[in-house]
Amino acid sequence: MTTITFIHPDNRSETVEAEDGATVMLAALTHGVDGIVAECGGNAVCATCHVYVDDAWTSKLEPVSDDEDALLDGTAAERRPNSRLSCQIKVQPALAGLVVRIPDRQS
Amino acid sequence: MNPPGLSAGAAGTSPPAIPHLGIDPFAISFFDDPYPAHQQMREAAPVVYLDRWNVYGVARYAEVYAVLNDPLTFCSSRGVGLSDFAKETPWRPPSLILEADPPAHTRTRAVLSKVLSPAVMKRLRDGFMAAAEAKVDELVARGSFDAIPDLAEAYPLSVFPDALGLQPEGREHLIPYASLVFNAFGPPNELRQQAIERSAPHQAYVTAQCQRDNLTPGGFGACIHAFSDSGEITPAEAPLLVRSLLSAGLDTTVYGIGAAVYCLARFPDQWARLRADPALARNAFEEAVRFESPVQTFFRTTTRDVELGGVVIPEGEKVLMFLGAANRDPRRWERPDSYDITRKVSGHVGFGSGIHMCVGQLVARLEGEAVLTALARKVGAITMSDEPKRRYNNTLRGLESLPVTFTPA
Ligand code: FES
Repeated sequence: MTTITFIHPDNRSETVEAEDGATVMLAALTHGVDGIVAECGGNAVCATCHVYVDDAWTSKLEPVSDDEDALLDGTAAERRPNSRLSCQIKVQPALAGLVVRIPDRQS
Repeated sequence: MNPPGLSAGAAGTSPPAIPHLGIDPFAISFFDDPYPAHQQMREAAPVVYLDRWNVYGVARYAEVYAVLNDPLTFCSSRGVGLSDFAKETPWRPPSLILEADPPAHTRTRAVLSKVLSPAVMKRLRDGFMAAAEAKVDELVARGSFDAIPDLAEAYPLSVFPDALGLQPEGREHLIPYASLVFNAFGPPNELRQQAIERSAPHQAYVTAQCQRDNLTPGGFGACIHAFSDSGEITPAEAPLLVRSLLSAGLDTTVYGIGAAVYCLARFPDQWARLRADPALARNAFEEAVRFESPVQTFFRTTTRDVELGGVVIPEGEKVLMFLGAANRDPRRWERPDSYDITRKVSGHVGFGSGIHMCVGQLVARLEGEAVLTALARKVGAITMSDEPKRRYNNTLRGLESLPVTFTPA
């Protein structure tokens, strides 16, 4: 289990114990964290699982793939340098304490 | 095909027998009410055998999901209908994306993903929304009409062929062609035979329309052809990829929008919630795709002996996935038989899952969201003014006719 914190647009935060090997998207869905829609169920099609990764963590993630990069161009909320698709971030102990912000809209 | 479950167990502990069921999932009586049979298959075992067509079947969410997400074992290149392309000549040249496996599939899929990406949808959004508003205004003014031809068909026909870049002439072939394609995935029953017998004019139209010269610049079709200039696909492949959009891009959304309107007409409490908060439109459409599952089934073919749900399926067998049954599996969904527009519906398999998950799903959602948003803003009440009539297709579930009355908001 790895601790992940989601911060909502209104600054409310929710911390969950996520299962290692799952994705951050799935952790949000299984723990009832709103705001990550994930219309495509994690198949890297929809860009509705958009998050802003806290600056302290961006360099600790796997780099953005070409596919993810193209999808991030279509996010409903503004794309920023720390934008990621949460279905492409694998939960692992090295990410303990990860903080991600949820954008105000996903579609 | 081997009779399953009979020869197994020679080496001591015999694996559980696979239940043989007499259900014909392509019979008219099944289409009229598939739910008791879905339940029977789900409760019988993780894997069943359907004697009528000599195929394996999976109807629980977990097994459907597993099959969809193991494309090397459960392949598509031998056809995603009953016909096994290793044994029978396909009725048309196989699709380069739907009926292909990695690595060939990876390349063609990448092209269609780019053509139909979230960024492209952002550009289409305002136009699709405006077209839906205009259509709903017109229908509110009419009052009473048939929501299948006049809305579920008329709206996609007003936006999709233009987005694709089709010529104005011949568009009347689009829905018959798609209905043919989806009937042809079924067994050699009357629906399939009749569709193929009448296919020649529709096929001729589609083949011509997929050529580069016939596609308007800037549309999805021209974009696909442009990828043959940069070498991602060959010039010979481009028309067949355009064909995929003509096959799968229109009729599916007709059924999807029809399903959503039918749900909202049947469940006034959900309609009231949508009216109170039109921002729920997109999820209300998505939930209709789960609830009705416009695409009910697809087949895969095993490339090796494989264990699934505690039993072994031999190599070279057809496996029929019941997407509609998985989408109502109580093991996965709370109150699976309720249409709930606020449900967390992510993970449903109405668009499939894995590498073959519907590449046009963003277009479908945009159309669905556009129509339901316009309805929520402009219509006060939807009442059914006559009995709906079902349309029969070997793969698609939906209505032929849905007479309704719209009262202005
Ligand atoms: S869930 Fe669809 S791209 Fe992440």
